[in-house]
Amino acid sequence: MAKTWDEINARIASGEAVVMTAEEFGSLAADEGLKAAARKVDVVTTGTFGPMCSSGVVLNFGHSDPPIRMGQITLNDVDAYGGLAAVDTYLGVTQPSRTKGIEYGGAHVIEDLLRGRAVRLRAWSAGTDCYPRTEIDTWVTIDDLNQAYFFNPRNAYQNYAVAVNTSDRTIHTYLGTLLPHLGNATFCSAGALSPLLNDPTYRTIGVGSRIFVAGAPGYVAWEGTQHNPNQSRDEHGVPVGPAGTLAVIGDLKQASPEFFSAATFTGYGASAFMGIGVPIPVLDEDIAETLALTDADLTATIVDYGVARRSRPSLGHVTYAQLRSGEIEIDGKRVQTGPISSLSKARRIASELKTWITEQGFTLTQPLQLLPQPGSQSTKPLEIRAEEAN
Amino acid sequence: MPRKRFDLTFPPNRATKPITYHLVKDYDLTPNILRAQIQPGQEGRMLLEITGPRESFDAGVAFLEAEGITVQPAATDIKLHEDACVLCGLCTAVCRPAALMMDAETGALLFDKEKCVYCEACVVACPRRAVTLSF
Repeated sequence: MAKTWDEINARIASGEAVVMTAEEFGSLAADEGLKAAARKVDVVTTGTFGPMCSSGVVLNFGHSDPPIRMGQITLNDVDAYGGLAAVDTYLGVTQPSRTKGIEYGGAHVIEDLLRGRAVRLRAWSAGTDCYPRTEIDTWVTIDDLNQAYFFNPRNAYQNYAVAVNTSDRTIHTYLGTLLPHLGNATFCSAGALSPLLNDPTYRTIGVGSRIFVAGAPGYVAWEGTQHNPNQSRDEHGVPVGPAGTLAVIGDLKQASPEFFSAATFTGYGASAFMGIGVPIPVLDEDIAETLALTDADLTATIVDYGVARRSRPSLGHVTYAQLRSGEIEIDGKRVQTGPISSLSKARRIASELKTWITEQGFTLTQPLQLLPQPGSQSTKPLEIRAEEAN
Repeated sequence: MPRKRFDLTFPPNRATKPITYHLVKDYDLTPNILRAQIQPGQEGRMLLEITGPRESFDAGVAFLEAEGITVQPAATDIKLHEDACVLCGLCTAVCRPAALMMDAETGALLFDKEKCVYCEACVVACPRRAVTLSF
């Protein structure tokens, strides 16, 4: 029953493609069997909406008269990178404001731009013969910018840890507030809707894949940072902890504040909820098998964040269905759970992407290059050395 | 009979005083500790609900203040700002009385005001700052 990319794209172009979200596909496979579901459906859409700290935007401001080579740059008092060409910058979502700290970070500037608000741009320079201006203080909106696009080094983590805290004090982490003595557990994955959990060995998602980035069409640009295809995997080949990641590009000018939201994690820092969606072609029964997996089939590892070390102890495994129930059991103790990744938004993204494909002729792109495959590489730690290595 | 919630702040040297005993015994009040963080030698906080007849009510509060405790009216209402909320659910992870829950099927945020003790854990936890208290 194998289908090719071209056949699927032809069906999209003629408006005949059958497209379902990963949840709908899981139900169909349960009702009608995997073979029938694989035959019937052409594309499965996925979605995730969670905090993705390694995100940011490339901006070009255009030149003032006289021009300035911006060396130090702030946007609404948030530092942006000044080490590019004269009026280019990169603004990362976690950068805190000089005056408001983590309550207003790079992510909040980006959300303000997305909402059409004017943002105060200030920049300083030593001045050069070709760029004589030494200081500028002005206001810009998203429409004033020549280019504004996301370039996110690490998004859409393939699975993540379930965070708990066995220490005797409350701790504030990027996975939220963790109460002492296993007082709660937080988790951060879209589970059955998560893009890379649906294509666990990166067969169809690779460099050049056209995807949904915060409501705009975008692309997978590269493997994400810390992409680790060698994470432990279950019997379906699905990682049971953080594994693959994606670097993505998407147009901020076409993005929507519905799918990008600034965030502040108390005691930790600023970040942003990014909405990412990836369409996956149902090429054969092998991929259909992982597309059909539900929250009851997908597992995450419980990790003790009370131990502030690189390698934190693992306290076992749970399924996403258990996590979603609001309570899990760890060593005989009932622990309340709370998600960080929005299920509601993940569903919106998967369904929006479905509309793009069925109504707007959004076709799929075969990867130009595959992501590093299982067995090919692992993530290296940073060792602290006293002197230059030989 | 009046019932009010108070946010009490104890200076470090008053943290071990058995105030609820005196509220019951001397003022005929019914104190209900909703949340407390009190350690000897440190500043303490207590969310205390007091029920009792009007006349002894004011006297009880005056007693607390005479003991060096700062007494402020506690939040009486909590607001979820739906326009800012992204339905992540992180607030449900810190809500001990389970007033905030995620519907496992729909992903909706459920709030049972009756169970809320106004402890503010969700206010601090919400990454969108979409929960606020009013007094």
